Parts: sequence; C-alpha cells; structure tokens
Amino acid sequence: MTMLKVDNLVAGHGLLTAVRNVSFSVEPGAVLGANGAGKTTLFRTLAGVHRAESGGVMLDGLDITPLSPSRRVASGIAMVPEGRRLFADMSVRENLQVAGENGRRGDWTLDSVLAALPSLKTLLDVAADGLSGGQRQAVAIGRALMSNPKVLLLDEVSLGLSPVAIEGLYEQLAGLKGRGDTTMIVVEQDLDRAMGFSDRVICLLEGRIALEGAPAALGKQAVTEAYFGLAHKETTDA
Amino acid sequence: MLDALIQGILLGGYYAILAAGLSLMFGVVRFINLAHGDLAIFGAYLVLFAVEVLGLSPWVAVAAVVPVMALLGWVLQATLFARTTRGGFLLPLLTTFGLGAVLQNGMFGLFGSDTRSLGNHIGNLSWASWQLPFGISVGQLPVITFAVAVTVLGTLQLVLSFSKLGRAIRATSSDPEAAELSGIDARAVHRAAAAIAVALAGLAGAFLAMRALINPYAGPAQLIFAFEAVVIGGIGSLWGTLIGGIVLGVAQSFGATISAQGFQLAGHLVFLGVLGVRLYLAHRRNLGGWRSVLRLPIPPPKPVPPLQSATSEGQS
Amino acid sequence: MNTYRVERWTRSGRVTVGAAAAALLMLALLPVLASGLVIDKLTTLFIYVLLAVMWNLLAGYAGLVSVGQQAFFGVGGYLALRLVDAGMAPYLALLVGAAGAGIAAIPISTFALRLRGGEFAIAMWVIAEVLRIVVMFDPLVQGETGTSLLALNALDPELRRNLTYWLGLGSVALMLSATFWLLRSRIGATAQAIRDDEEAAASIGIDVMRIKQIIFVLAAFGCALAGTIWLASAITFLPRTNFGVQWTVFMLFMVLVGGLKTFEGPIVGAVLFFLLQEIFGDFGVWYLTGLGAIAVGFALYLPDGLWGTWRQRTGIDLLSGGFMLRWPLSEANDE
Repeated sequence: MTMLKVDNLVAGHGLLTAVRNVSFSVEPGAVLGANGAGKTTLFRTLAGVHRAESGGVMLDGLDITPLSPSRRVASGIAMVPEGRRLFADMSVRENLQVAGENGRRGDWTLDSVLAALPSLKTLLDVAADGLSGGQRQAVAIGRALMSNPKVLLLDEVSLGLSPVAIEGLYEQLAGLKGRGDTTMIVVEQDLDRAMGFSDRVICLLEGRIALEGAPAALGKQAVTEAYFGLAHKETTDA
Repeated sequence: MLDALIQGILLGGYYAILAAGLSLMFGVVRFINLAHGDLAIFGAYLVLFAVEVLGLSPWVAVAAVVPVMALLGWVLQATLFARTTRGGFLLPLLTTFGLGAVLQNGMFGLFGSDTRSLGNHIGNLSWASWQLPFGISVGQLPVITFAVAVTVLGTLQLVLSFSKLGRAIRATSSDPEAAELSGIDARAVHRAAAAIAVALAGLAGAFLAMRALINPYAGPAQLIFAFEAVVIGGIGSLWGTLIGGIVLGVAQSFGATISAQGFQLAGHLVFLGVLGVRLYLAHRRNLGGWRSVLRLPIPPPKPVPPLQSATSEGQS
Repeated sequence: MNTYRVERWTRSGRVTVGAAAAALLMLALLPVLASGLVIDKLTTLFIYVLLAVMWNLLAGYAGLVSVGQQAFFGVGGYLALRLVDAGMAPYLALLVGAAGAGIAAIPISTFALRLRGGEFAIAMWVIAEVLRIVVMFDPLVQGETGTSLLALNALDPELRRNLTYWLGLGSVALMLSATFWLLRSRIGATAQAIRDDEEAAASIGIDVMRIKQIIFVLAAFGCALAGTIWLASAITFLPRTNFGVQWTVFMLFMVLVGGLKTFEGPIVGAVLFFLLQEIFGDFGVWYLTGLGAIAVGFALYLPDGLWGTWRQRTGIDLLSGGFMLRWPLSEANDE
C-alpha cells in the first residue's frame, strides 16, 4: 500500500542530468528524508514544475506524470518550495485563502491550519513581505496544507532560519507528523534533524540513490559518507 | 484656464479605461501588447458596425461589443500571446506589432479609410454640456466617460481585492510558479486577464469614437498615450493609472491651448519629465545622487561616533 | 607549455570576408554597367540592410529594444536639410547631418539608457515623436507639408542616383565592418554579457553605461545614415514619413524574420523584406496585412528567424564572432 511511487525518474537541465533513474516509494503517513545532489530537481519534478524526461510518478494509485502543477495539487501533492515563495504583497490570510480556494477539499481549513500553526494567529492581516524568516516558513507550510495534500513536499524548510526558529518549526512539524494523515518528504541539510524526524531516508549522489533505509539501521556515519560520496565511488560511471 | 483643467481631468477618465487594460496585461501576464490601441479602434469599429448595419442603439451596441472583445482577448491570449512569452522580452513586442499591422490594414480593407464617428448616433451627447456655477461648462459625454471610468476601475479593484479570481490574479502576477504550486492554473488566469484587458480596450475605443473621429490607423497614437498614462501613474496600480490618465489629460489640455501640436507635445514632455524625476529620485536614493550623474567625486563619509553601550536587541 | 591555441577565424569566416570584399568591389563598379532602375532598387536595399543591422546591434547584442530609432532616421535627414539650406554641398551635408544625429544621440542616451525594458522602448518612441513635433515647428519644414532637398535637383539625375548609390554602399560597408569589428572586440563580448544579465555583468566590473552608450550612439549614427540616404533618393522630407514608426516596424520585421542575435540574420531579413516589397508592394493594404501575418507566423513557429534556424539545423556559421580553442593532435603541432 503505497501513497507515492516514483518509477525510474529521469530529469535534467539541458545537457545536465540531475536525476538519474530514481525509484522509491513512500507509505501513507510516513516521513521520507531526502538529501544529496539532485534533490531540488527531484522535488520540482514531483511537483510538476519541472518536466521529467522519462519515468513516472504515481500518487495513491493515480498516474500524475502528465499533469501540470495545478492539476497535481488537485490530485493531492503539494510542495513547500525552497525559499518559501510567498505572495509578497498579499496578507497571510490571503496567502492561505488562495491555496484553500484552489486546492483540494478536505479537513484543512483556515481554522485547522491556525490550530496546527498557532504562531500565525496574530499575523493574519500582515503582508507577507513584512514577516520574519521563521514566520514566512510557517505561512508557506500552512499554505501548502490548505491544499489538503495527501503528500507534502518540504524543500529545505530550515534554510536561512535561526536555530530558535528551526526548533519551533520542527515542533509544529512533529505535531503534523503525529496526526498520521499526511505523508511527507523532507529535504533537510541538518542530518541530525533529518534522521530524527524521518521514518526512512534516501541519499542521492549525483542524481542516483546511493543509500536508503531507516535512520536507526543506517547510522549517521553511513549517511554522511553517502552524502559526501565517500563510500560509493565505484557507482559513479561515465 | 479652468476649462482646460476640467477638460483635462475628464479626458483622464478615457485614458484610464484605455490604460487599465494595458496595465493589467503588463502586471499580470508580463506582456506588453503593442496592439492594444488597435484593439481599441477595432472595438470602436465593431460598435459602429452594430449601430449602422445592425441598427442597435449605441449604448446597447457598446454593451454587446464589450463581451465580444472579452472573448477576443481570451482567444488571443490562448492562441497567440501565451506562445510568445517563452521568447523573452522581444518576441511579444514583435508579435503584437505584427498583430497591430494585421488589425490596422484589415480594418482599412474592411471599412475603408474614411474617418468615422459615433458622434452622429448619440444625439447631441457629443457636444452637449452642463452649466455649472462660475460660468464653467462641462461636456456631458466627458463626464459620463469619467464616471464610467471610475466605476469600471472601482469594480475591477474590488474584484482584485475581494474575489477568488482577483486573489488568483494577484497571486499569479506576484509569483506565477508559486501560484501554480498553490493550485492556480496560471494560464487560465492569464486568459482571464487578457479578456478583461481587451474588453476594456473595446470600451475605451467606443468612448473615443463618441467624442472624436477615428480611422483604422488611429491605434498607435492611442497606444502611446495609454503607455504614457500607465508609466506616469506607476506601473502596477489601478488607481495610479487613473491618476496618470488625469495628469496626461490635463497636460494635453493645457498644451492644446497653445497650439494644435501642443496637445501631443505637452503630454510627451510631461511623460519624459516624470521619468526624469523618477530617475533623479532613484539616483539620490542609490548612489551619491546627482554627483554621480555628473561624475563628480563623492566626498568620504563622515566618521561614525563610537557606540554608547552594547545593548543587544532580540531578533526573530 | 600550451596544449591549445585560441583562434578567432574559421575557414568559412575567411572565405566569407574575402567574398564580401569581392562583392563590394563588384557592387561599386555596378553603376557603370547596370540600368538606373537597378541602382535605385539596390540603394533601397542598402537602406534596409543598414536599418536591420543597426536594430539587431541594439536589440540582439545589447538587449536594448527601441521602438524609436526613427528619431535618428528623421534627425539625420532634418540636419542635412538645414545644412544645405545654410549653403553646404548636399552630399557633404548628408554625412555631416548623420554625424550630427549621432552626436545628438549622446545626451539622449544618458537619459534613455537609465530606463529599463518597456520604459526604454516606449520612451524612445516618445522621444521620436517629440523630435518630430519640434522639427515641424521649423518654418523650413513647413509643418505637415514637408519640404524638399532642392539642391539635389540641380545635379544630373544619373549622377545623383550614382552618388546616392555609392553613399549607400559605402555606408553599408562601413557600418557592417564597424559592427563586425565591434562584436569581435571586447565591447562585443561585454555587450552580450550585459544583454544576458545586466546585474551580473556590472558585478564583475563592466561599465554597463559606457558600453550601452557606445552601441546606442553607433546604432543611432547608422540609422541616421539610412535616413539621409533615403532623403537623397526620395528628395522630399515629410515629417510623418521620416519620423514615422513604420521604420521601426520594418526593422523589427527584418530582424525577426532574418534572425535576431546573429550577424548574418538581419542581412537575410533585409533581402527578404526588399523582395517582398518589390513583388507584393502594389497590393497595398492587404500586402501590409500579410506582412503582419508573416511576422506573427515567424514569432510563433520560427522565432529564431530564417538564418537562426538554419544555423541551428546545419551548424554553419559564416562569420563567427567568438573564440575557438584548437587542440593540436600532437606535440609536434605546437608552435
């Protein structure tokens, strides 16, 4: 029973292949951590903003490979993009509203999102460009939740945030994980945090999966080596 | 003098309707439509056709043509404009110039080169006026045009601020990719924006034909005025476009009191002047102000006195 | 020890330049052999080539899209008119007038070049309109009626035709060479850097304003030359025609159809445009509609233009503007 199944995905930029024959699957409610070169291209391809050259993506049994980003959101996959990408001159409320109006119907409404991310309650009418980094990140996550996704992609959510903000963020994400109804794929540079938060991890090396498994089974050493390409030199071929 | 001022303000209403469509295209679709003026003239010809050939009353004709123009805008965006945005900045310019040429010469071929006007069909509206105190008279048509402008712009602003479509439009113009990721079909939003823009152009064209003579090649002149209004008022703001239109209208009215060419010249000079002032202000903000324009050496900064105490402020 | 050489010339480049020089010689001798009609037509072709190459220089290489180059086209002609009125010999006045327009471009550029994208394009158009209106105030021009360069009528028609032809040929040769040399120089590389990413270019120390100005003034001079040649062949000066935005439309068309950003493209576009004018020009309005439709078609399906697409398909470049590294096959090939 898989929620997301990625099958031999190949994606690149011009002559550069960033994602090479990547295959993996994620169970409902699980959290997958991903890292390594090619992760952002992978995410963007899953979200539909980037065209895959070959391979497929199945979401809850539905082949979403030919769908445009907005249709994928309607199917149930939402991304919190790197750098947040809020609508700068719109208020927090409007940022959330936009996603709510154009996404899937479901349990996530403005009220339930505010309950899950209480820091936003006082910021509803503040313009997005007037927020701090941590606040923006919360809005970005809230916005993605408003689409009622089955699968939530979180791209580098701690980027540019202070340690205190990251701490608060992951507290809220832990609450989200605890609900058990959202499947998440998380890209996170901080390996400790990534391994602490995820049920499984995959490490990409030059676009290929170099390592995958449960964090407890792999151990930090193996993941670090995979991340830096130390242990798998023989897999890099011309 | 006061006459010219009032005339100018009311003329601004017309420019606002014309320029609003241009501003919308540029702000939302990031598209400069050089055929916008020609589309306005086309709308005017459609109204003329409806009145003279189909026998509709002018206001009914206008009400009928506006949705037709909206449909035209929708189709143009779907078939033509959307395909050209991939080519960077240049391709839309070239395409819409070509479209303009097709429209101008097509209209010439269909309707001939005689100047036409709706003025004959609206009774005495094109020259009737109301008498106000202090001996001022205001034309009825310009007042109606201005009132329509304010109503239309106000409605548009309400739609943008409070409706689902409006939010989708604002989101798409802010960050098209993030909008897609929020479930908005950006291409559909672009089509909606283009439909509104071309409908506004058609409406403006109808009002132009009511107060003046039009011919198939009148588009580019109107286009340049519309651009001036948009830039004077500041790109990206609907009310700014109204103000820009008013400033342009007033400048042109005053210029017209001096000479026939003064009408256009005054508008152009005000436009260049506004750009010049903006550049100057930007310079003052960025570098050493006018000194850097003249390449004079910028004096070294004054030494900063040492801090009194080491208070740290919390930062989130 | 270097294992590679940097080369600027390909074999096809050398051949092309040689062929161009030969063509120039033949064209220069043409008035002796060909009829007056051919000379006239070729002069018009030269004007188109000039305009296309200049607009491509501005837009394709420097990224400056101007909808107002007709300003210099008209100013060149106007200054020539004034100089002849003051007593200068006509053909000298044409050259000096064009140079004057180029000089006028300098203060215009300090203002206009600080504007970006759409504002720059429209501001140039407005400037052209302002210049047109101002010129119309000059009693010599007689407002909408315009005037004529009567001094040219004093010359023998055949001599006038040939002189205009040689002026046109010389201008094309001069501006093509100047453009070619410019593009292969450092300025050419920096201009393309500016076109691609102005901020990045500025951050590595490129004097963005200076480079843009050089190209802007050069393009203005080229357009002004075209304007004076036009004046010499048409003799009449009509403000609406000489300052008309249709010149920009033609330039856009030629460059789009020929191929933006390539050196040979605008020449191809000019030739095609000239042929279209010759064959279909008499169809009047529907011809212009067709031109517009062709432009739209190219924009949709062949955005790289004829030459650009051909270059992509075949990989052939007649004149390369870049640098090539040549690796020798063995050490023995090294110098």
